[in-house]
Amino acid sequence: MPGPDELIHLESITKVYGVGDGAVAALREFSLTVASGESLAVMGPSGSGKSTLMNILGCLDTPTSGSYWFAGQDVSRLNETELAHVRNRRIGFVFQQFQLLPKLSAWRNVELPLLYRNVRDRRSLALQALEQVGLSNRVDHRPSQLSGGQQQRVAIARALVTNPDLILADEPTGNLDTASSRDVLAVLHELNEQGRTIVIITHDPEVAPVAKRTVHVRDGRLVEQVAA
Amino acid sequence: MSLLKTIETGLRSLLGHRLRSVLTTLGILFGVAAVIATVGIGQASSDSVTARITSLGTNLLTISAGSTVSAGVFGGAGSANTLTMSDVQGLQDRQSAPDIAAVAPVSQGRASLILGSANWSTTVSGSTDGWLVTNTRTIGSGTFFNANDVATRTQVIVLGSTTAANLGAGVGDIVLVKQIPFQVIGVLATAGSQGFGNQDDLAVVPITTAQDELFGGGVQRILLSATSASTIGSAYLEANQILLQTHHIADPSQADFSITTQTQVLSTAQAVTQTLTILLASVAAISLLVGGIGVMNIMLVSVTERTSEIGLRKALGATPLDLFRQFVIEAGMLTALGGLLGVATGLAVGYIVPRAANIAVHITPLPVFVAVGVAVVVGLVFGVYPALRAARLAPIEALRAQ
Repeated sequence: MPGPDELIHLESITKVYGVGDGAVAALREFSLTVASGESLAVMGPSGSGKSTLMNILGCLDTPTSGSYWFAGQDVSRLNETELAHVRNRRIGFVFQQFQLLPKLSAWRNVELPLLYRNVRDRRSLALQALEQVGLSNRVDHRPSQLSGGQQQRVAIARALVTNPDLILADEPTGNLDTASSRDVLAVLHELNEQGRTIVIITHDPEVAPVAKRTVHVRDGRLVEQVAA
Repeated sequence: MSLLKTIETGLRSLLGHRLRSVLTTLGILFGVAAVIATVGIGQASSDSVTARITSLGTNLLTISAGSTVSAGVFGGAGSANTLTMSDVQGLQDRQSAPDIAAVAPVSQGRASLILGSANWSTTVSGSTDGWLVTNTRTIGSGTFFNANDVATRTQVIVLGSTTAANLGAGVGDIVLVKQIPFQVIGVLATAGSQGFGNQDDLAVVPITTAQDELFGGGVQRILLSATSASTIGSAYLEANQILLQTHHIADPSQADFSITTQTQVLSTAQAVTQTLTILLASVAAISLLVGGIGVMNIMLVSVTERTSEIGLRKALGATPLDLFRQFVIEAGMLTALGGLLGVATGLAVGYIVPRAANIAVHITPLPVFVAVGVAVVVGLVFGVYPALRAARLAPIEALRAQ
């Protein structure tokens, strides 16, 4: 059972893809806890199982066995609709490819998660979130009119707008140049300073220092924990 | 996601692919328009047949000669010369046929009428003075021939108004029919054309003259007028009885004649036009179905194309139901739009065709509502499968698709 301060509590999570002889275990007996307000970097080479970990942490996928408590709730056995609600209310995603809808303006992109929970004042919430990432002057721009760094900041604003418990960033600087990377990491760092829990999945050693704690994944197992 | 917002999102995505949306809509548009127009044309022809038949008078009965059987070949109704002038006399007997008001034998053929340099080919009927009553016609100018003209085989002719106009003939003129001179003694009042054929293009002569000079002996049909619409039944029985007697037939099933009433003709004609209408409408309905398949096709393309968008929306908290609704509503909007434009096109066809091509179109509300309803149902049904595909996409795989 999770402790009171733990936002994330993974207990012996195993994730197997495929069946029979072709079955591959992407995660084996994986356990991890993340406290509220913590910042964590998950590192590992490709094929290590860190993407699978990200999918399970983000409630995009369910484990084959083991338990996942998120904010005190066992989410490992929820159905698709219940998982959608958890994602919508409690998790903000930042993806490597930004995943902005090209035909929508910046604030319309930020508004998206709010559409799935029937909130009023969506525009003012979206504008607040854009202000937090320093893009108040770009609200009506389309993604194609923004630089990579700006696009990723719009994506961070979208992750923030629902005031989630967790921000889950998957290779957030993977498609950015050094200056933009620094920008984006600074925003994430600042959010953590404000008390937001952040998990960054990355293979880039430059990114890890932004987090207070770094864990390594290899062959679907947790191999070491380094306190920063 | 609220319904309004879903509709807005759908509109946005349809507007994002304008050409594709328009082309998909066209499929439904033509389907709906075709259904409306064909049913309208069918309805109009049914109306015109009904009007034409009822204009002949609902208390009319027609006796046709029986069929010949020669060396086993069935000649068809009217091919035998079983009706004679003595049948006509029998039917005119007020004693045994109190419910028959008028009798008119008809011996008919096509012939050329010549007046000076004018030459006009038309239908010439030999008949008696009962012709006017049984055909519910009136004389426009001059007179109709009387019983005496029939008895004395006078060479007189009564023309329809179109025939008279085309020949330039008036009362008193002499026209040649098969080289035989006939004096025009009357012109019929205009009856108007009722869709098929022209009731004003004809000529009538005494039947005795026609038998002797034009078409030879025999009577093809006998027209009867019952005293009223309510006595058709008894008039039918009286005529049948008289003819069985004069033809010496004991078994009614062996009768060498047949009697039809206008109601029978009417219901047969209506059944025929209805069948035609259904046939036309089914062809149109198939095009509607094809349009629906077009909608499904484009929705499948849309789902495939927007896989990563679907993945993103799922990650952001869209439930499978949200996505299902979004795609079904998009498909529904495409077909609803196509349906409405189809109604407009169908109505436009109903307005233009009668003026441009002289084909009557009678559009009634029912097929309009049915066509639009079917279009929307088609859209929703064909939208369900693509929408299910969208709803079932696994978010991780969808996000990975680029």
